Amino acid sequence: MADYLLIESRDPFESVEVGNFLTLAEGLSKEGSQVALFLVQNAVLAARHGAQSGFPHNMGVRALAALAGNGVKVLADSFSLQERGISPNRLIAGVTVATLSTVVDHLAAGHKTLWH
Amino acid sequence: MLSKKKLTFMLMDAPFENARTTTALRLIDIAARRGYDINVFAYEGAVYLPLAAQAKHANAVHGHDATEEDHPLPREWVAAVMEEANRNGGTFEWVNCGLCVDERGATEAIPSVRRGSPADFWKMAGASDNVLVIPTK
Repeated sequence: MADYLLIESRDPFESVEVGNFLTLAEGLSKEGSQVALFLVQNAVLAARHGAQSGFPHNMGVRALAALAGNGVKVLADSFSLQERGISPNRLIAGVTVATLSTVVDHLAAGHKTLWH
Repeated sequence: MLSKKKLTFMLMDAPFENARTTTALRLIDIAARRGYDINVFAYEGAVYLPLAAQAKHANAVHGHDATEEDHPLPREWVAAVMEEANRNGGTFEWVNCGLCVDERGATEAIPSVRRGSPADFWKMAGASDNVLVIPTK
């Protein structure tokens, strides 16, 4: 199976397409692929500890919280977090802080990389 | 030492509009610092990124003249990542989509930018270890 890096740049509170992208990540993982999801720019807003996955309209947040428990490595760009004043110690469970060089690592390793 | 890689990036966003431009150039800068060979194919509004006519301006609201304001210019960022790649032993090729250039009148680009077509992107992709397309919204 292929290795994938999915890069999410959009805020799930702004774009309903984020939920579809996260569903893709989950599906690839369930099929046996190694999947990493890298949150950058406004996508990191969903990783805040206080983001409420229990709200019916917060599909993106709910999916993000579930992904980490379903084999997807969920990463959040440290620069994007810093820009938005989000402490790396205040993220939802399963989200790991990473630098943007992680994306270049995946590219260099030949992993299939998709940007949304 | 990291092994030499060749990466191709397709950019589509016009400058001064979206964080994608900043993130894209941050990624390219990281690859340049590693000495990777880098191709960039600028499509649609991204052909404005290396536009030579970009100029710093004053900011009357802040009471700054052009020097004090030091407004960042994407053409300078593009030149900087080209220099960074060369400094670290990597090659750097920036191709502007010719039709996109003509549509926009964006013909005056900084040195080392050449005109091409989507066929160049296809060739770049085929000759690279990996490709990242950063599409517009």
